[in-house]
Amino acid sequence: MTRLIAARVLAGLVTLLVVSALLFFATDWLPGDVAAALLGPQATPEALATIRASLGLNEAAPLRYLHWLAHALHGDFGRSLATGRTVLGVLLPRFANTVVLAGLAALVSVPLALGLGIASVMRAGGRLDRLISTLCLVTISVPEFFIGYLLILLFSVQLGWLPSLAVLNGGMSLAQRLGAITLPVITLVLVVLAHMLRMTRAALLSVMSAPYIEMALLKGLRRRTVVLRHALPNAAAPIIAVIALNLGYLVVGVVVVEVVFVYPGAGQLMVDAVGKRDLPLVQACGLAFAGTYVVLNLIADIVAILVNPRLRAA
Amino acid sequence: MSTQLDRRNFLRATALCGAAGAVGGLASLSGCEVSDGSGDTTGMLRIGMAGGSTSDSLDPRTYVDWMPINIGYQLMNGLVEIDDQGRAVPELLESWEPQGDARVWTFKLRQGIVFHNGKSLTPEDVIYSINLHRGRTPSAAQAVVENVAELRKLDATRIEIKLTGADAELPATLSDYRLLVVPDGFTDWSNPIGTGGYRLEVFEPGVRCITRKAGGYWKPNAAHVEAIQVLGIGDAIARTNALISGEVDVINRIDGRTADLMRRNSRYQVIRSQTGQYAVFAMDCQAEPYANADVRLALKFAIDRERLVKTVLNGYGTAGNDQPIPPNNPYFAADLARHRYDPDKARHHLRQAGRERLEVSLEVSDAAFFGALDAAILYQAAAAEAGITLNVRRRPADGYWSAVWMQAPFFGSYSDGRTTVDAALAKAYKSTSASNETRWHRAEFDRLANLARGELDPVRRRELYGVCQHMICEDGGALIPMFMDHIEAGSDKVRGWKPSAIYDLMGQRIGERVWLA
Repeated sequence: MTRLIAARVLAGLVTLLVVSALLFFATDWLPGDVAAALLGPQATPEALATIRASLGLNEAAPLRYLHWLAHALHGDFGRSLATGRTVLGVLLPRFANTVVLAGLAALVSVPLALGLGIASVMRAGGRLDRLISTLCLVTISVPEFFIGYLLILLFSVQLGWLPSLAVLNGGMSLAQRLGAITLPVITLVLVVLAHMLRMTRAALLSVMSAPYIEMALLKGLRRRTVVLRHALPNAAAPIIAVIALNLGYLVVGVVVVEVVFVYPGAGQLMVDAVGKRDLPLVQACGLAFAGTYVVLNLIADIVAILVNPRLRAA
Repeated sequence: MSTQLDRRNFLRATALCGAAGAVGGLASLSGCEVSDGSGDTTGMLRIGMAGGSTSDSLDPRTYVDWMPINIGYQLMNGLVEIDDQGRAVPELLESWEPQGDARVWTFKLRQGIVFHNGKSLTPEDVIYSINLHRGRTPSAAQAVVENVAELRKLDATRIEIKLTGADAELPATLSDYRLLVVPDGFTDWSNPIGTGGYRLEVFEPGVRCITRKAGGYWKPNAAHVEAIQVLGIGDAIARTNALISGEVDVINRIDGRTADLMRRNSRYQVIRSQTGQYAVFAMDCQAEPYANADVRLALKFAIDRERLVKTVLNGYGTAGNDQPIPPNNPYFAADLARHRYDPDKARHHLRQAGRERLEVSLEVSDAAFFGALDAAILYQAAAAEAGITLNVRRRPADGYWSAVWMQAPFFGSYSDGRTTVDAALAKAYKSTSASNETRWHRAEFDRLANLARGELDPVRRRELYGVCQHMICEDGGALIPMFMDHIEAGSDKVRGWKPSAIYDLMGQRIGERVWLA
């Protein structure tokens, strides 16, 4: 298992390297550069030249990438081209915001998805199962920004219970913070719940049709015990993979939710950075996101091995 | 195409949802508090505005969007202010006088002004602050002051500015929002020291900014509220929601439909400003087929401007006439014949150009101006009646100003209103400008425009600017379909709020001008 983890970590590092190169050259290939993006249509050629010279943009792109890489390997992610502030100083607080939002959404959605998924398998085809399936289909087919607007319309505009802006600041108490991000958390829960829930249900049901389950049932075991003890561990691998995928999505895919609730997360930061062609910042955001996926997948693999006795021995 | 439900229409519909909710659900009348005027109030003015980005800085050289400009005006003062009638009035420069032919100007500094760090304002501070934008500089305002040839201190209270070309409206030119005054040698842009009514407390670029009253502000009848919070809210629906749920007092940039809904509820006020901001479909006069003046006229007669104002802007605008000076400007040439939608005239000009039919492509994005894509689609339908096939090519908003603007031969663009007629003409129409987006180069126009700029006699200047407008309208490559109003909205508790003569939010000076009931 140690070898497996080492191999995975190595593959993850290679992935990050490839991602950094792709990001750099893709952003560089987009029309315009940071000078043009900063000055907009009001730019004079002299001002553009001054900015380009001061930021070293006149060097060839591969050379700039290698410079960046050399510094990044030493832990120096450089400064934002647009503002001159350190990339980590800009990124870390925003990424922390994103992780907090994703973490809370995960804390609610993962147990809920597993619980409801198991509950619907207990009485597959029953009334509860059909209700859950219908609700799942509704939330999965409605775009997330629309869920956000509906929640705002109901809870902020009509009822006035919760703020529509999820702006956080240092002076807020924990209760205020939680209040401020309740609506975005609910939105995210609704967005990822259905996928995990349906995977739990499908994976469990496919195991439930196996001969050894039938055997267990015929032996007289209660359905509850059969599902939890015998079916769940064998169905765990695909469920865990889907959970990891959704957790990753909660971190990297929520820019639309950030916009709707004006939440200062890393997604909006990266969108702004791409818009301004701020390469070091784009790189750092991209690596943070890619790193999240790599780590989550690694954890998913390890957990899948741990819960499945047959894989554990290997 | 407009019948299908794409994401934009969907967003619009839900915005109406939000506004309608406000109108229906919260229609209880608020108690009418009467304020006797400009008494200082406690409390925080909360502004939710579009125009912020994570890459914002408070360095005035970097100002290209509205959130940092608004904050800049809270912390610092400009040289000259534009009042709500659009006139240049003194700010840190107290009085001015041209010498002879408007090529040399003397400015007197206001006395007894103190920076937040306790330093008194001197001519050196003003000279340093202007020089930030001159010479080898990354400043976006370089073009504004490139006419300044020499800048020097005369004595402890006066400075002299020598110009390359005479400018009778130099004070208005110096009202540019990037010409803010900091102490001589100042460089710490993370916390600008100014002479404004407020000091910086928190600044998270593009997210939020809090400033607090500095006390002892020199400007009479200004800086009423105790603190100001500016939140960057890029999404129009999120801004509207924030206002309706009472989390902000003032929002900018709402569309006409939302404005109409908000006006039905007495809890909100809607402020509409005619600032001369205009939309333009620019033709490259050096590219075929636009090099032919009759083709340009055919395209100008093939658009239904009134319909555009009604449909795209919901009436919050004025039909344009292919020249950049709006009807409410004192220099507007009222005798200019209007270009109205006339398919027959368009066909006539096509025949003059030796063509029976014309097929052109118009490249647009909503980055060009609000509703650009809708405007282009309406134009397409109107032009078809005149035998013109207009292909509308939608381009991505990202990188639009690099990849499409002045790259395509026919594209959407816009311009903010300008403080002087010269500024409106210089950037986009003089052949010497790098951002002459139609590549319309006429030596005679340049000569007349420069003559007008240096003309101190207002009657004569009006005549010259009239000729300039005729030339652009009849010969130029800019199809200017409409002037677009700025619309902003807020709680009825905000008092002292007036339409802007320039830009929006009272020329971005709303922070020091309004108070809360």
